[in-house]
Amino acid sequence: MNKITAYKFKLPAIALPSLLLVLAFVAASCSTDQTQTVATFNKLSMADEFDVDGAPNSSIWNFDIGTGQNGWGNNELQYYTNRPENVVVQNGVLIITAREENFNGSAYTSARLLTKGKFQQQYGRWEARIRLPYGKGIWPAFWLLGDDKNGTEIWPEIGEIDIMEYLGDEPTRAFGTVHGPGYSAGESISKSYQLQNDRFDTGFHVFGIEWGPEYINFYINDVLYNQITPEDVPGEWVFDDDFYIILNMAVGGTLPGAPNAETTFPQRMLVDYVRVYEMNKN
Amino acid sequence: MKNIKLTYTKMTILLGCIFITIASCERELSDEAVFATFPTAPEVFNDSPVGLGTDFYFPYINSKATAWSVDEKESYEGSASMRFDVPNANDPEGSFAGAIFRIDGEGSGRNLTDYDALTFWAKATQSVTIGEIGFGEDFGENKYVVGRKAIDLTTAWKKYIIPIPDPSKLIQERGLLRYSTGSLLGSGYTFWLDEVRYEKLGTLAQPKPKILNGVDVEETTFIGTQINLSERGLTQTFNLPNGVNQEVTAAPSYFTFESSNPEVAIVNELGVVTVLDAGSATITATIAGVKAAGSLTLQSLGNFAEAPVPTRDPANVISIFSDAYTNVPVDYYNGFFTPDGQTTQGGEPPLTLGSGQVINYTQLNFVGIGTFLNVSSIDASQMTHLHVDINVQEAVESGDYITLQLLNSVGNNETSGSVRITDNQLQSNQWVSLDVPLNDFGLANRDKLGLLFFISDNTISNIYVDNIYYYKE
Repeated sequence: MNKITAYKFKLPAIALPSLLLVLAFVAASCSTDQTQTVATFNKLSMADEFDVDGAPNSSIWNFDIGTGQNGWGNNELQYYTNRPENVVVQNGVLIITAREENFNGSAYTSARLLTKGKFQQQYGRWEARIRLPYGKGIWPAFWLLGDDKNGTEIWPEIGEIDIMEYLGDEPTRAFGTVHGPGYSAGESISKSYQLQNDRFDTGFHVFGIEWGPEYINFYINDVLYNQITPEDVPGEWVFDDDFYIILNMAVGGTLPGAPNAETTFPQRMLVDYVRVYEMNKN
Repeated sequence: MKNIKLTYTKMTILLGCIFITIASCERELSDEAVFATFPTAPEVFNDSPVGLGTDFYFPYINSKATAWSVDEKESYEGSASMRFDVPNANDPEGSFAGAIFRIDGEGSGRNLTDYDALTFWAKATQSVTIGEIGFGEDFGENKYVVGRKAIDLTTAWKKYIIPIPDPSKLIQERGLLRYSTGSLLGSGYTFWLDEVRYEKLGTLAQPKPKILNGVDVEETTFIGTQINLSERGLTQTFNLPNGVNQEVTAAPSYFTFESSNPEVAIVNELGVVTVLDAGSATITATIAGVKAAGSLTLQSLGNFAEAPVPTRDPANVISIFSDAYTNVPVDYYNGFFTPDGQTTQGGEPPLTLGSGQVINYTQLNFVGIGTFLNVSSIDASQMTHLHVDINVQEAVESGDYITLQLLNSVGNNETSGSVRITDNQLQSNQWVSLDVPLNDFGLANRDKLGLLFFISDNTISNIYVDNIYYYKE
């Protein structure tokens, strides 16, 4: 701090016009008609456009089945299956369907897809175009988990980047979050984005991140609404590793609370595409 | 080169002419055929009424006509708000507050098709639930009436949203605001509305229209029956941006009704079903292409078989309900003792079927015909019998019954007596005429008969009743 102040005072008079010029340029580049050149991740490394009807492409997607430990660690109420009733590709979109039905001791069924071991990448631009469901207790997500080194690392050390989370009883708000050691669960670093004059359950919206060394930018549609850097997290930065994608719709759990009498089922999460880009090294 | 160019020019001109000729085949609509357009201004009230003209406030009958005023001491925004002083229940000037705000002038109106809700800020002198606030009532056709019921106000300003069931219908709406509410446990209070306006929120979604309250109802009926669906639970529900599913009542004209069998039953745009022939027809509906939950399936049995026409000398008869006699005044043909567990529907008013009137009680457990509140009670001390014709609209099973009960001097040393009509005295889909000796009721006095009950305790749920009278032999 002192150093910078000292430096400023030592600026020769002749440098001032140049500085002003730079300042003017910086100010001008805030205007919306300037093309931002942040999208350096422009080489497609993975894409699923969900163009083939039937089960999701098994070369990209695995499934988590069942209820996990304590409802996937969140007291979630659904049983995940890979039945077409819960997950299917149809008419160009992936459909994850949450149903209210008694199934292996659970009151709801849904689905959770992941690219673990099939597609993993460090850094890049990760985005999906999704139409979300609605109703109290409905908790869909598009998120990334870090590779666990064959089980030698555990959460939250492996790192978690939630590109999109959303609660069905707040249909105009979605949020992006990171979890790591010392900043997980309730202490995670998060920011929400509120749609104006629109909702997430009536049409498709693009949810994405641009993730590089020492930064993760969160955007929804054409709005960059948050940047998280090592300075923002009160613990180790664990986002320099391979991560994989998870797409799921939870029902109930600690965060959303249980569905209520007004929650209608089935609820559907529609994914138009998932695309991942990496740095074009050419 | 020149020639070629010229040719192109000619071609262009020729093509142009052809195009103009073709285009000019499209005739414009005549002035008469073009819809008149109406103002689209959103405001109803900011610091004063907006664009309503001079004569716009029309209170409901029996409401306190002075309940509304402009309050320049209170406002959410700006300098004034709408103030509503709800009277005490015993206020001689009116027992409740309620009115419509209608744009002045025949042929006036607003085009509200670009909006999706009526919104306002509101608060009250205490936490209170307002009866109803809405729009679309013009004391004319009232085609597009909407109401949000039971609105909870607090002492702090809060924004409220009343969704428009289908904005495309509101091309010329005069009724921009309506409200109705009563006292709180007899005591009046004050509430305020401010920044009352139509808005395009863009955050109302997941429409869930309903008819018959979302239930699939089946009923037997007869040729000539008319059923007004506006009394049978027409609603629209939107999910609000705060996640709440907000229901509003919606007038029939927001719905597109359909009959599965128009030869048996038809529905008009005002939601009135008319039964035309014997057979089965199911009535369903949509709002803006979204299918409404609930339906009404009618089994029309054809022409209504009327009860036998009574032949007793009118001089010996005290008639409660019969086309053959002059009836004594009654308080009601159904007291709707809902807090006492009554489920029975029907009777208010009686149905007009065939050449006269008949009562159809449905969901019967018990129901009373009253002659003690605002009319003279019946002195049947000179009468010997009670006559009633009953037609059970379902299978009569062993153990079914209808108990007739008489109450004398209701609420004042009241006495009662009853006679049970058992299953072997009743017939399915046929009239039976019952003549019950009044002595069988075991009443010491029958000079102030105030209530006649039909009690089935749910053993029988659907009956037609006609020709209820006392007589002497």
